[in-house]
Amino acid sequence: MKTFRIGGVHPHDNKLSAGNAIETLPLPKQAIVPLSQHIGAPAQPIVEKGDHVKVGQLIAQAASFMSANIHAPISGTITKIDTATDAWGMPMPAIYIEAEGDGDEWLETIDRTPDINRICKLEPEQIIEKIKDAGIVGLGGACFPTHVKLMPPPGCQAEVLIVNAVECEPYLTCDHRLMLEHAEEIFIGISLLKRALKIERAIIGIENNKRDAIELFKKMADRHFGIEVCPLKLRYPQGGEKQLIDATIGRQVPSGALPISVGAVVDNVATVFAVYEAVQKNKPLIERVMTVTGKSVKRPGNYLVRFGTPLQDVIEAAGGIPDDTGKIVAGGPMMGRAMQNTNMPAHKRTSGLLMIPAAESVRREPQNCMRCGQCVEACPMGLEPYLLIRLAEQKRWDEMEHNKIMDCIECGCCLFSCPSYQPLLDYVRLGKATVGGIIRARNAKK
Amino acid sequence: MSNFIVSPAPHAHKANSVQQTMMHVLIALAPAYLASLFYFGLGALLVSVTSVAACVLFEYLIQRFLLKGKTTICDLSAVVTGLLLAFNLPSNLPLWMVVIGALVAIGIGKMSFGGLGNNPFNPALVGRVFLLISFPVEMTTWPRPLGRWGLSASYIDAETAATPLALIKGHIGELPQTLDLLIGSIGGSMGEVCAIALLIGGIYLLATRTITWHIPVSILGTVAAFTAILHAINPEVYVSCEIHLLTGGLLLGAIFMATDYATSPMNPRSQLVYGVCIGLLTVIIRTWGAYPEGMSFAILIMNAVTPLLNHYIKPKRFGEKVKVKKQ
Amino acid sequence: MNTIIISLAVLGGIGCLAAIILYVVAQTFKVNEDPRIDRIEAVLPGANCGGCGKPGCRGFAEACVKAGNLEGLRCPVGGDATMSQVGAILGIEVAAGDALVAVVRCNGSCANRPKTSQYNGTRSCIIMHNLYAGETGCRYGCLGCGDCVAACQFGAIHMNPETGLPEVDDDKCTACGACAKACPKNIIELRKKGPKNRRIFVSCVNKDKGGVARKACKAACIGCGKCVKECAFDAIVVENNVAYIDYTKCRLCRKCEAACPTGAIHAPNFPPRKPIDEQPAVTAQTETSQA
Repeated sequence: MKTFRIGGVHPHDNKLSAGNAIETLPLPKQAIVPLSQHIGAPAQPIVEKGDHVKVGQLIAQAASFMSANIHAPISGTITKIDTATDAWGMPMPAIYIEAEGDGDEWLETIDRTPDINRICKLEPEQIIEKIKDAGIVGLGGACFPTHVKLMPPPGCQAEVLIVNAVECEPYLTCDHRLMLEHAEEIFIGISLLKRALKIERAIIGIENNKRDAIELFKKMADRHFGIEVCPLKLRYPQGGEKQLIDATIGRQVPSGALPISVGAVVDNVATVFAVYEAVQKNKPLIERVMTVTGKSVKRPGNYLVRFGTPLQDVIEAAGGIPDDTGKIVAGGPMMGRAMQNTNMPAHKRTSGLLMIPAAESVRREPQNCMRCGQCVEACPMGLEPYLLIRLAEQKRWDEMEHNKIMDCIECGCCLFSCPSYQPLLDYVRLGKATVGGIIRARNAKK
Repeated sequence: MSNFIVSPAPHAHKANSVQQTMMHVLIALAPAYLASLFYFGLGALLVSVTSVAACVLFEYLIQRFLLKGKTTICDLSAVVTGLLLAFNLPSNLPLWMVVIGALVAIGIGKMSFGGLGNNPFNPALVGRVFLLISFPVEMTTWPRPLGRWGLSASYIDAETAATPLALIKGHIGELPQTLDLLIGSIGGSMGEVCAIALLIGGIYLLATRTITWHIPVSILGTVAAFTAILHAINPEVYVSCEIHLLTGGLLLGAIFMATDYATSPMNPRSQLVYGVCIGLLTVIIRTWGAYPEGMSFAILIMNAVTPLLNHYIKPKRFGEKVKVKKQ
Repeated sequence: MNTIIISLAVLGGIGCLAAIILYVVAQTFKVNEDPRIDRIEAVLPGANCGGCGKPGCRGFAEACVKAGNLEGLRCPVGGDATMSQVGAILGIEVAAGDALVAVVRCNGSCANRPKTSQYNGTRSCIIMHNLYAGETGCRYGCLGCGDCVAACQFGAIHMNPETGLPEVDDDKCTACGACAKACPKNIIELRKKGPKNRRIFVSCVNKDKGGVARKACKAACIGCGKCVKECAFDAIVVENNVAYIDYTKCRLCRKCEAACPTGAIHAPNFPPRKPIDEQPAVTAQTETSQA
């Protein structure tokens, strides 16, 4: 079975909610829709206070090429456009929508029938335009606007579409459930993306802890031309873009380059589903599946959540915050961000909520680094975290740059495997941010 | 609402620890320790207990009163150092010498650089070499193992004469049988005699992923190849490779001493270079050097080179190959 | 005997040769430096703190000699005494500058500013700052991990375990500015030391609206502007919901301190107020928190 070649670790996968079907969460009374739910410039609001909006109506427009549209997740009145505070205490401009009636009055153009629409006669450019209009971003976590990926820079030619169905983060199961419940739509979505990219080949990478999904997809793939299923060995961080390309087609993206430089375009399976809905059903990206999980959560499960729903409501659906919770993480345990509070709305980025018991929440005191090299062995990018932490502590930024700090994908394998509990990634991240700033300043000078 | 904990990712850990790693090493040393108790009896017990106790005590005292830091003896690294030091000593060494060795190993070899992980040289070997140079006679008078062979076996590393080449040549007929080398009924330092026990320990370390194969295999491979070539050139002068592989501290050094985390290079590429160099140096010292046993010196010399290896030989970076192809 | 002579000759020869090569190379690649650089460096404090903006004291000395005048060049550690010596070496008159001191503009002690989360990463302000807003509701306030303490080469800052805030020792502080650079929240400012170390400043940088700021911290500046009305010298401005006192205009009258409803204005090292004070409670609280 295939996997990537350098580094990697085996965290316990703890997929507690893999057997629980996706449930639809009731709509919130008030939706707080952040304007920046993606990488790039925040969207520009095009509605004003007092305006009435319907579900799926465009409320904020992409501010530049590297940005994404935002649509109303519920119908109602815009009460204000103001700054909300996110779960990390930082300000976040957002549009507040107060629900009217049941808040579920949709735009007429959106096809809400459960039928699966298999026929598409659109040209590639039209497909990309529809994806762009629907505000689709990578739902795997980075929230990179999808239409940007579909328009390779001049000189680059996409050869293969790689669908990221790895879900290598422990605990998270939202993609797994989506694959089981919407396999047909996902295959149509893949065909659409293939047409948009003008390519013949697509590979779906799935880790082998999702046997049922692999079997189902293999059966489906027999009926679709040019779509292969590639079962992958369980290993973190296989869902990293570069690692996945290495694992599926055996090509390594060079340092500092984009995946397109080796002819690959990677899209998450949830993104593919969103593409299907956008192109075939005219439905913009206004909801996503989230996993709410944790060892002591009463009803760990997968929930279809409209953006703007307070995370508190999502947690309540899963039985509330368990008493022994010490840490709430937005995302998975390896790369997710621990939250200060749950006063934040769900948005495109929130793939899951993980409640970690207090006993597992506290890091152990770091001991001396005994230079065992476990971090070097674990690093999927072939870096030397033990060296980078020393250089960062001593502020030797030049040397950090020479030691390829900018290649770090912040996957957390180094800290995960360190027997001395050295805060490797804390300092590596600091170094990456600082060196990134230095490089940007240098390029600006040129 | 209670205050949640906020910390940077990742929020999961492999749950390994320094203690656990050291415990693995201790478990891996157990078979060889039992073998040495079997062959050398009370002497081995006394030397090892003294060495371990002295190492732990010195580390505690230095950490507590000189460095004024947190007590670090719980990480078991001092126990490992103590046991390894004992393994490298003859089982009839006077106990006060053992204590001096422990003081040098912990005090000079380890704590003076800031404790675990900061020492450039393997502390146990620093202690052993210090004793070897200070008390050459005591350090090279091997006791008779409780077995069929005893001292009548002319043991290659027991030669302390100035011209080991001539002695090896003269004594080739008296060299012990391979079987005895394997089970360890030969003279030698208390931990190094039983090859099978050391190999079992090595397999355990590999199985628990405490060490990788790179260092031991490259050392043993180099020694085997080098001595085989020498033996092929002139079997009269140079002993065969299995004698070299199974005698002296070679296995102990290759499996337990050269793989010491702090003093060995950090990535597989440099580990291979490190292992090959240790192998070459060991054979050179054994065959042509003034001392009969070259392992400790070879490891210490390569310990000194380790920072250079770390600096110049980098691990295989992701996407490296592609870059080379393009250029 | 021969051996000794030969070895002596060989070694001696090598020695002589090496000495000649060294001499020739040293002469060929000799760098002529202005001798004044060395003299200036000698009068500088030699802390290499970088407070002047140059890489170390020698860098500063070189910059002084190269520039020929001392505009924009000042050794904050040595102050006027050192600068007049430097001026003497260069033959320039030096105008006296204000003696400065680092001031921590946050009053969010544990009592004033309740924690809303517990940080459990590396104890470093910059790492915490990159992760999130901080352990309390105030995203402008001190993070309390002591990056400034680590940055200070003169041991002039220490964390007060009771308040969780850094405190500057006026006598040890040389105003090199290292702490101000190290603080990711830009809380530390270099201000005029003032006569008898007396100075008045707003100990808050919270730019949130009054209600939000007050909710996060009892001692926050709420931007109410009472101090602006009180000030007779136009020294105070309120911008982005936070007041700032311009130390070049402030005459140390202490009226603003009394007017501040939250006690965000601090006036250390003044004698205690007379009992006729209008708001004794607030003043007392401020004084004790400084003591």
